[in-house]
Amino acid sequence: MRFVDEFREPELISRTAEEIRRLAGSDRYYRLMEVCGGHTHAIYRFGLKDILPENIELIHGPGCPVCVLPMGRIDDGLSIAQQPDVIFAAFGDMMRVPGTQGSPLEHKARGMDVRIVYSPSDALKLARLNPEKHVMFFAIGFETTAPSTALTLMRAKTEGIQNFSVFCNHVTIIPAIRAILDSPDMRLDAFIGPGHVSTVIGCRPYEWIAKDQDKPIVVSGFEPLDMLQSIVMLLRQLRAGEAKVENQYKRVVPWEGNRAALRAMAEVFQLRPYFEWRGLGFISQSALRLNDKYAAWDTEQRFEVPGIRVTDPKAAQCGEVLKGVLKPHQCKLFGRECTPEHPVGALMVSSEGSCAAYHNYEHRKAAMATSLTSIA
Amino acid sequence: MPIRFRDPQIEMAHGAGGKASRKLVEGLFAPLLFGSAPGPLGDAAHIDINGSKVAITTDSFVVKPLTFPGGSIGELAVNGTVNDLAVSGARAEALVVTFVLEAGLPTPVLEAEVRAMAKAARDAGVRIAGGDTKVVEHGKADQMYVTTTGIGCPLRGVTIDPRSVRVGDKILLSGPIGDHGITILLARGELDLEADLRSDTRSVLSLVETLVRAAGPGVRWMRDPTRGGAATSLNELARDCGLGMVLFEDQIPVRDMVRGACELLGLDPLHIANEGQFLAVVSPEYADAAINALSLAPGGSEAQVIGEVREQPAGTVLVTTRYGGSRIVDMLVGDPLPRIC
Repeated sequence: MRFVDEFREPELISRTAEEIRRLAGSDRYYRLMEVCGGHTHAIYRFGLKDILPENIELIHGPGCPVCVLPMGRIDDGLSIAQQPDVIFAAFGDMMRVPGTQGSPLEHKARGMDVRIVYSPSDALKLARLNPEKHVMFFAIGFETTAPSTALTLMRAKTEGIQNFSVFCNHVTIIPAIRAILDSPDMRLDAFIGPGHVSTVIGCRPYEWIAKDQDKPIVVSGFEPLDMLQSIVMLLRQLRAGEAKVENQYKRVVPWEGNRAALRAMAEVFQLRPYFEWRGLGFISQSALRLNDKYAAWDTEQRFEVPGIRVTDPKAAQCGEVLKGVLKPHQCKLFGRECTPEHPVGALMVSSEGSCAAYHNYEHRKAAMATSLTSIA
Repeated sequence: MPIRFRDPQIEMAHGAGGKASRKLVEGLFAPLLFGSAPGPLGDAAHIDINGSKVAITTDSFVVKPLTFPGGSIGELAVNGTVNDLAVSGARAEALVVTFVLEAGLPTPVLEAEVRAMAKAARDAGVRIAGGDTKVVEHGKADQMYVTTTGIGCPLRGVTIDPRSVRVGDKILLSGPIGDHGITILLARGELDLEADLRSDTRSVLSLVETLVRAAGPGVRWMRDPTRGGAATSLNELARDCGLGMVLFEDQIPVRDMVRGACELLGLDPLHIANEGQFLAVVSPEYADAAINALSLAPGGSEAQVIGEVREQPAGTVLVTTRYGGSRIVDMLVGDPLPRIC
């Protein structure tokens, strides 16, 4: 299959892995954070840890939109959908995310009109097909998905579709990286930069990470060879004592980003003064809301939003895992109270969440290794 | 046996064939209905009636849309039950059918499905011996549901038991996986994706008979990986026999269109439903004979050894890649949901 198989070519992968081993040497330890949940998923799915030397540690960052969404926002969205004649539309990613009274899928089983859509424009289509109902699109995602929400809202406005609104939970990546870097218990050497977000925002917004924070960052693709090559590029910078922004994912990411997408976002959204991130707390100017021109399509203006706040269970250590201070299995709840079937924290919900990925693909391997060592 | 099923209510996941389904069966149905510990649960029960061995199974079909490229609900309802019997090591002899129909269902739709059933039964060489019909109010069912119950005679020369699986055994797959599940996903028309793909629905009985003739004494276990996909079937086996199922990713036959759709939607082909394939575990000395016989049989040309049974990781399915990575593949939790963001 084109654009896939050539990036999974065993010979190239083993040569690149060899280069990583050579560069990494054995004199020091490297802590690299992959910011994006897609990368976390790829690391586990392709078993990349098996290929990397032991002195390279990959730390899973905050780039999983489902994982950083506070439970209160889900409760807010579901409470609006409980009103008569409202259709709750969201991506498949959202469907198993638990609110205090259960996930959207569980609400659907109890009779709520919940629809899985594959793009915001499908939600708008639902509104056209169901003029007697109100369709609320529960929007999530970083700059990757925000432009398609923006274009859908522009379409709704042009067509004058009244029975459609967006419950906006779009967040932006840069403030989250800043919050991670500002965290006192954080010790990171470099970043594997998000791939899909960068197709929209480009590489320039990361320059402060290199300049002010002295950390290398390489924007990376999602195939095994992409990620290994990005690690080579990071190690080369670190060995040379450099800190630059580099673009490994040139076949998709333009340095300046996608101007049309950025224009659409500017047309529709404005920054919220602050927004709560699960595990990270309130981060200023880190999320988007609809601007006044689009107030008529803003769920938060059209409906009474309860503004529910839910604190995470005390025992859950999502924040520490999100910042890379703890590994998923070091959380007290991991694999016991908190599993993919019954997630307590959101990191266990999305297959891009580091806990779910670790649980699905890795933890029994880790347990096996431990039991083998203890025998030896 | 204690009742261990504690979920407060039935959710869609309990019917999706993965972990939640298994919890419901083992935690509620088995203790109340089977009395004692049932042992590993297979695709069909083999019971003794006055000294005669009989295999029996039942399956309900709720599928949307009713027809899709390559098949329809009527055909699935016959093949599904014939296949459940086949992979338990039995030849289907007779089926009885229950229809639950929604008032307002157009007769031509029903007639087309009944014709599809008749044809599938002829092709599989099985009689339809009786049935029952219920009609529910409009809106209380989605057009039509079909349940088929089948009885069959055990095939001679083969015993299916997950507990007989040994380290070193080979894992066989009869052909490419994921065709049915992805065809249905696309046929729902919600994805704006198009592919020239057909469901793989078919009777696997003749292929199973071919396998048994060629390698009967070496065949330890079979399963048709329907809902939950190959990953779920192999996880159940791994749990039942306490051994590790190690798969070689590049040996698993998957059509490019299915792979492409899975890459786009963030799904794993190993979790996607099939309706015309089966998995088998065969002792190593019979593996070549099994593959040779299957590849020469009609519909078996893409059969492959996809992995082997190892001591570790015990109770687990591990997929290894050609470039040296590996990953654990768990049972599916709920339905496969596309990832977008």
